[in-house]
Amino acid sequence: MGLEFPGLLTATVFLPAAGALAVLALGRNDRTARLLAALVALADLALAVLVFAGFDRGDGAARFQMVDRFTWFSAQTLEASYILGVDGLSAPLVLLTGLLGLCAVLASWHITLRVREHYMWLLLLQTAVMGVFTSLDLLLFFLFWEVELLPMYMLIATWGGGRRQYSAMKFLVFTILGSAFMLVAIVAIFVSPDVGTFDMTRLLAPGSGLSQAALALPLSALFWLFFLAFAIKLPTWPLHTWLPDAHTDAPTAGSVMLAGVLLKMGGYGLLRINLGMFPDQTRQFAWILIALGVISVLYGAVVTLRQTDLKRLVAYSSVSHMGLVLVGVASVNVAQGQLTAAGLNGAAMQLFTHGTVTGLLFLAVGLIYDKAHTRYIPDLGGLAGRMPLVTIAFLVAGLASLGLPGLSGFVSELLVFLGAFRAFPWATALAVLGIILAAGYVLWMAERTLFGPGRERFAHLTDASAVEAIPLVLLMASILAVGLYPAMLTGVFQAGLAPVVAALNGG
Amino acid sequence: MVSEPLVWAILLLPVLSFLIISLVIRPFLNRIPALSGWLLIGCLLAALALSLMTLWAAAGHHVPEFRQHAWLSVGSATIAFGLLVDPLTAVMLVVVTAVSLLVQVYSQGYMKGDPSYSRYYAYMSLFTAAMLGLLLASNIVQLYMFWELVGLASYLLIGFWHHRPAAAAAAKKAFIMTRIGDVGFLIAILYLFFQSDKFAAAGLNAFHIPDIWQAAQPLAAGGAILGGAALTWVVLGIFAGAAGKSAQFPLHAWLPDAMEGPTPVSALIHAATMVAAGVFLVARFYPLFLASSAALTVVALIGAFTAFLAATMGLVMNDIKRVLAYSTVSQLGYMMAALGMGAYSAALFHLFTHAFFKALLFLAAGSVNHAVDTFNMTYMGGLRRHMPWTYVLTIIGGLSLVGIIPLAGFWSKDEILSGVWGSSELVAPWVGRLTFLLLAVSVLLTAFYTLRLVILTFHGQFRGGGEKEREEAGVVAPAPVSAHAADSHHSAAQPAGHGGGHHLAESPMVMLLPMLVLGVGTVAAGYVANPQWVHSLLGIPGHWITEFFHLGLEEALSGREAHLAVPEFSLGMAAASTLIALAGLALAAALYRGRGAETRKDPLERGGPVYVLLNRRYLVDVLYENVLTGRVFYRAVAGALDWLDRNLVDGLVNLTGLVFRNAGRPLGLLQTGQVQFYAVALTLGSLLVLLGYLVLR
Repeated sequence: MGLEFPGLLTATVFLPAAGALAVLALGRNDRTARLLAALVALADLALAVLVFAGFDRGDGAARFQMVDRFTWFSAQTLEASYILGVDGLSAPLVLLTGLLGLCAVLASWHITLRVREHYMWLLLLQTAVMGVFTSLDLLLFFLFWEVELLPMYMLIATWGGGRRQYSAMKFLVFTILGSAFMLVAIVAIFVSPDVGTFDMTRLLAPGSGLSQAALALPLSALFWLFFLAFAIKLPTWPLHTWLPDAHTDAPTAGSVMLAGVLLKMGGYGLLRINLGMFPDQTRQFAWILIALGVISVLYGAVVTLRQTDLKRLVAYSSVSHMGLVLVGVASVNVAQGQLTAAGLNGAAMQLFTHGTVTGLLFLAVGLIYDKAHTRYIPDLGGLAGRMPLVTIAFLVAGLASLGLPGLSGFVSELLVFLGAFRAFPWATALAVLGIILAAGYVLWMAERTLFGPGRERFAHLTDASAVEAIPLVLLMASILAVGLYPAMLTGVFQAGLAPVVAALNGG
Repeated sequence: MVSEPLVWAILLLPVLSFLIISLVIRPFLNRIPALSGWLLIGCLLAALALSLMTLWAAAGHHVPEFRQHAWLSVGSATIAFGLLVDPLTAVMLVVVTAVSLLVQVYSQGYMKGDPSYSRYYAYMSLFTAAMLGLLLASNIVQLYMFWELVGLASYLLIGFWHHRPAAAAAAKKAFIMTRIGDVGFLIAILYLFFQSDKFAAAGLNAFHIPDIWQAAQPLAAGGAILGGAALTWVVLGIFAGAAGKSAQFPLHAWLPDAMEGPTPVSALIHAATMVAAGVFLVARFYPLFLASSAALTVVALIGAFTAFLAATMGLVMNDIKRVLAYSTVSQLGYMMAALGMGAYSAALFHLFTHAFFKALLFLAAGSVNHAVDTFNMTYMGGLRRHMPWTYVLTIIGGLSLVGIIPLAGFWSKDEILSGVWGSSELVAPWVGRLTFLLLAVSVLLTAFYTLRLVILTFHGQFRGGGEKEREEAGVVAPAPVSAHAADSHHSAAQPAGHGGGHHLAESPMVMLLPMLVLGVGTVAAGYVANPQWVHSLLGIPGHWITEFFHLGLEEALSGREAHLAVPEFSLGMAAASTLIALAGLALAAALYRGRGAETRKDPLERGGPVYVLLNRRYLVDVLYENVLTGRVFYRAVAGALDWLDRNLVDGLVNLTGLVFRNAGRPLGLLQTGQVQFYAVALTLGSLLVLLGYLVLR
């Protein structure tokens, strides 16, 4: 594109934070606050598109691009810096964050409680997530990782429903617990005499010294410390129980951001840090990853079938779908030289597709809840006749979620299965059964919610308004586009994962 | 002649129709819904013309080379889309476009006035496009994608009247049950990629269908890439997918429920699209099946058993569409059995003829419904006087289904029976004998239920129709409150005057015309496409279609002999099967002719428990839905996991939280806020540290 400029990433990350301050300062009334927030989110999406489109996926291109860097402090052997940059793994996730950020802002249009604050937290959240995806310095990564907690906590605890205090606290405690493990690992790397850096561009480079260096902790211990943090965030069974609570009680925008991008931080961490820095350990422990993955896929799907609250249902389906990320990562368990990039690309792509698909599902569910005032499935029914656009969005997202070809979910699932089957044929075959269960809960949900005779008390329901329709259409378009022409994403992801694949294949 | 873009156009025309209807007509021009119908009909006319050109080219060996178009390439997984036109595809293209075209014309009458008219045509476009895409696919992933889209389109169409709970449930059941089979198909694809390095070493692509055929053949350098038990599993996986779509036992239960969709949809599903896809899939990968005797045995036995099982259930159904649905399941069983026994071209010939007469029979059933407003045959009767055209056409379709000379079904069913009888060494002899026995008995059953259907519907006295049915069920005739309520039973297409028994009349021309065309096909297609005893007929050489299919198979086997005889017409077999069929007809006539005008009791009810068992479909649906899905899976397994999740997994979390919160409480007691206490503690602590330092130094 050639439109990218120095400091583009810094701008992409901090524009929402600046916007948050602006909303606080200038949002004299609710309407101004909304418009301002929407403008900021739109501008940030534009920047994210620039980042994604400007990323050079060519063969000879640098691994990390658009790098913004300055040293923060540097002692004799120790150094911490501010480094932002994207590679093929993070560029699509930046785009995803921009996209869902705008959707979340538009989805909270109807909120009347403390509007300015709401948008402030939402925009701050976006900065934090963007920061996580673009930080190339472990300390900075950790900072953004922690900063993300507060806005999400506030969104659930203030604008949520149900047992919102409990759910918000649960979310907070779980994540902080994971962060504690991660912090230990980060410090251990930093204080190891032969490493002494937080710079991920060096830690990720082949022969980084991370493997040979005399580390403060054994490599496998570091692997597991990081893994715990990311597994909670993903979330994987049995660390998933915070998710249904957080989702159920979060406001729509919170759910969209939580499912759409916050869970992706866990998957991103797995791919970036566990796989990127500890490829050999990933291979060594792949059998544990596949076991957790398959359990998450099946267990999540079975429990999903029992849910009667629409939001809880979608939340559990996320547990199932994020299990596929683990299955995909486990595809590295093949002999050197035998690794095909399919499984890892599938895992990375699953992050993107699940983000848009589940984001769309939560938007649709949120609209249904706002209008029908219930999410309890037995009370719903016959909405198709009243809300055609919401119905279409719900079906598109649901069908993508059950892996229908032509929609984005199919591509990532197919790649995950293709790759993982080469490493663990039997376990993968078990995971494939998840597509039957997914068909079960998606169609059951559609049948009970959308179909059946129209109900008298829903006769007054209206379809999505123009503002509500924008995010639905945006996400549907992205789901269809990726499903029909997946190369637009796989090309980028492949560039990002190529160094890892090469390292695992022995050069 | 045909070029690549023209062949793509066969697929893209209905896609275009789908896009225009859903993006332009439905949102903006919904006041003139007729546009959508005519648009699809126009597109299908063009697609039919192109399909005929393609068939012509394939028959004359003028099919051009098609290019591969990269779709997705990740690591060694390279998936390219392309076209594959062999005799199988070429014939099926014509069948699908022709039947779909006729069904759409018929729908113009049948769906008239439905508030969701343009949505109907959008789904129909999608359905036809998905099926055409499946036929044309040259890549197994491409095929799988269209395969799933066929499933989606049928889901949407079966559940078309989504405000009716039964329709929504049937749609869901069809999708999930076929998906169970699809898992097998998907795992077969995964296994192919598992072996992709071996494929690559031989210069092949694990997803490219002709390459997959190759892989089952012995290489110059030794054994085949796919062989042994692994090949059998791959083939069985593919067959699992086929069994789901083609409603073979034990995945047959969705098809009768699928009658909840509009009747033209049933015609399309049963004749040319969804269920044909399963047989097509087995035929598409037939070179692999031929390499595994075990898999062929499974295919033959499941096919024959399904043919028999479905026919028995067809005997006792009172819903005219359900009788036809079971007959479809049964006839698909014939085709599968034939494929399993090596009668490849006979199976496909039957697929071809079946498309005509089954579409005809469904459209006739729809025509009957149009007049009497019910599908329940116990409330029909005597319609031949009011609907002579429908009556004659039903007779033609029915006798073709029974296999009476010279109708289309006779020729193809006879080839299947001959093929199974004189079967090769592909499977064990007992398999062949058992298969033949089951198929022969099914001929008798088919004849019986077909004539039963004709007599109950068209002969005797009229028994009151839908009005009477509702009256007896205690339902007051629905006063049309809204558009949705108007089609309380079947379709909004019923203008008030059409429903009652006082207006029994033949259907309008727009519905009769497609039926007439199919009637002509039903009379002629069997002999004309595959002339017997003559050198050529109207320029069509003798045994044309079977030879044509056979040739395609030999090409797929890269020139090696298929070792499959194309069955010759056998007079003895024809006589025997005709006799069996006549016996079935006679039995039905004896039981059902000349009963009292108001008799509703079915003579078969005297069968007691057997009747109940058949009528309750062998309790298979109860087993699947109530026992396996409901009790075992949903309540026991899912219920247990859900309970564990809430109580054990999350319980542990909350317990941990509780422990730490309470563990903090004793410590919290120390926070007294009194400076004196802190000072004492500080001093004591410092002393302790000092002491420790001194001791440990």
